[in-house]
Amino acid sequence: MKYDIILAGVGGQGILSIAFVIDNAALEEGLFFKQAEVHGMSQRGGAVQSHLRLADAHIYSDLIPLGQADMILSVEPLETLRYFEYLKPDGAVVSSSTPYTNISDYPVLEEVFREIKKAPVHVLIDSDKLAREAGSVRAQNMVMLGAASIFLPLKEDSLKKYIPVLFEKRGPQLVQTNLKAFDLGRQAARAGGR
Amino acid sequence: MEKIVLLGDEAVALAAVQAGLTAAYSYPGTPASEIMEFLIRHSEGGRKYTAKWCVNEKVACEEALGVSFAGKRAMVSFKHVGLNVAADPFINSAITGANGGLVVVVADDPGMHSSQDEQDSRYYADFARILCLEPTNHQEAYVMTREAFDLSEKFRIPVMIRLVTRLAHSRSSVQTAESRQQNQGLEYGTWQDWTLLPGNARRRFKILLDRQKELLDYSENTPYNQLVLNPAGGRLGVVVSGIAFNYFKEVVAGLPAEPSCLKVSTYPFPVNKLRQLIDRVDEILVIEEGYPFIERFIRGVTGIPGKTIRGKLDGSLPASGELTPDLVARALGLPERTGLKLGDFKLAGRPPQLCVGCPHADTYKALNEALKDFPRPVVFSDIGCYTLGALPPYNAIQTCVCMGASVSMAKGGSEAGIHPSVAVIGDSTFAHSGITPLLDAVFSNKVMTVIILDNGTVAMTGTQPSFGTGEPLDRLVAGLGLDQNHLRIIVPLPKNHQENVRVIKEELAYRGLSVIIARRECIQIVGEKKRS
Ligand SMILES: Cc1ncc(C[n+]2csc(CCOP(=O)(O)OP(=O)(O)O)c2C)c(N)n1
Ligand code: SF4
Repeated sequence: MKYDIILAGVGGQGILSIAFVIDNAALEEGLFFKQAEVHGMSQRGGAVQSHLRLADAHIYSDLIPLGQADMILSVEPLETLRYFEYLKPDGAVVSSSTPYTNISDYPVLEEVFREIKKAPVHVLIDSDKLAREAGSVRAQNMVMLGAASIFLPLKEDSLKKYIPVLFEKRGPQLVQTNLKAFDLGRQAARAGGR
Repeated sequence: MEKIVLLGDEAVALAAVQAGLTAAYSYPGTPASEIMEFLIRHSEGGRKYTAKWCVNEKVACEEALGVSFAGKRAMVSFKHVGLNVAADPFINSAITGANGGLVVVVADDPGMHSSQDEQDSRYYADFARILCLEPTNHQEAYVMTREAFDLSEKFRIPVMIRLVTRLAHSRSSVQTAESRQQNQGLEYGTWQDWTLLPGNARRRFKILLDRQKELLDYSENTPYNQLVLNPAGGRLGVVVSGIAFNYFKEVVAGLPAEPSCLKVSTYPFPVNKLRQLIDRVDEILVIEEGYPFIERFIRGVTGIPGKTIRGKLDGSLPASGELTPDLVARALGLPERTGLKLGDFKLAGRPPQLCVGCPHADTYKALNEALKDFPRPVVFSDIGCYTLGALPPYNAIQTCVCMGASVSMAKGGSEAGIHPSVAVIGDSTFAHSGITPLLDAVFSNKVMTVIILDNGTVAMTGTQPSFGTGEPLDRLVAGLGLDQNHLRIIVPLPKNHQENVRVIKEELAYRGLSVIIARRECIQIVGEKKRS
């Protein structure tokens, strides 16, 4: 078994928190993993991405080769497209539909969606709406993780075990919000997204 | 022992602690910062070692050298360009030699993810004639760092660990081993070894040269340098180093048979192993992250008669930038693979930018306005978040070269007739390398304006503590001998815009040296303080 994921978003959207949960769930399930992440310069509102690889045997490369990712998981729709060439022909796209428009030349949103829908397997999630429903706009990353969980080769329970670890220092309220965000995302993906 | 999830940087840090570290020093810089961040977090757990951010890399390296002199184990870590700053103590520490284990960790940034160049630190290790260890993965990063301390004490030299971004900033699980105690009872260094008067230095250099054979022997025999000969693998042999080994292994299954391969993880380069490989193949492909260090070594001046050597020098691999599994696959002659294509959809870029509400933005707005009536002003800038002021909408600066260069270049510029000649430098960069050039400028009361952007932190690399900030910074600048009437403090906020423009204009009009301190906290640390 081998499962390669490109995580994408904009600096500050919390993609490394998504990675944290998946990494630990994988370790818990006895899988090997490698996760290459971006720190520094590109965190200031710029595009960020992380290559996350899961397997049941030793993984060599920290980077995913082109055309080999099983999933693109993105907290921002334009960022989804930035990594399209990494996706396998039958790979899945799990993308937020909420744009982050901190650039002046952001394309027409409908065109972005149209491109995303060219991926044979795709789920578009209104992460902004679901995160608000869960209790915080900042929980969009956990909404998207919940949505992705229907495809991931990891148990729902293993994933949900590490969400509290991320937030427990900041109070039980935030833990509940993020667990709910995960559930809402998962339900939405089950229902086929937007 | 336990298996834990760590960044490559953290694997190095934990290994150092468990190898009996007494003290570690660093200056922030991507991709090395997480080494010290881990050590500081970890030391809060009651472990008895020193872990400190220093004012710059040279200071960090010298502090580590003092620890080594005392017979204790020391580590210093920084990004590749940090080694330029620390080059003097680094090179000379090879001459004094190490007493307590001294490990120098340098994180290179091929592809320049967040750096101004992609220099390759292996040249520095070669230059200093010391051992260099280049781990392939997290486990090796852990094990080799532990071993580096032993090697340093065995050969009595500093040992370099070379990391690259993709290992430093990649996370994986690591199997740890039993902790070792800190050094006890090792005598201090002797003055004859550590006082580099020419007589001593010549003797010490000879000792270092004589030691080369032992270093090479180690390198020939260490299991980290591994030769796998595969007679079925054909006429092609591969030499791979560090993280490039992973890319090779990732894609090699696409070939009908695996070529013979020499994996290199320690230097000096294991020459005998290379000879064994050369004897069995006609063509050698060298795959290494960084400059063509090994490739040039193998090729020499005349190449090897009858053999083809391929790599970055002949274009089989790109001469710059980061390797990827795809580039390695192409060099091995494997077919290209890509996923979905975007057709004619135009993908907008998303460059990093100053945060909304950043104090630097307000300073640049005021500075731009104050300069707008001058025909040819120049703003020499420096390295930090504020370098993003080069981009729209600010377009506020013309240079960014290396830490501290803004102040010195503004002085040179002023001497060459530039007016106004303005330097813009962050508080941490000022402490790192801006004080000495400012002293130079004070001495000749040069006509120039230095703006210190005091946001109270090292923001660019992740809000580490800054040394030259707040009221102590004011006293420091005053203490350099600057005319007090031309030390001005402004608060960069939108509501102060007119006032700030006025202050800057006044100082631009002064025919001497002025320093303006623009003081407001980075909004990221304001946020952090609120949360905790
Ligand atoms: C020799 C060297 N060391 C470290 C770095 C990494 N680095 C880049 S900018 C910077 C400091 C930025 O702090 P400051 O000057 O206070 O500006 P801020 O980012 O807070 O605006 C550091 C450490 C570097 N580029 N060169
Ligand atoms: S991190 Fe701080 S200094 Fe850097 S851009 Fe944001 S507010 Fe400005």
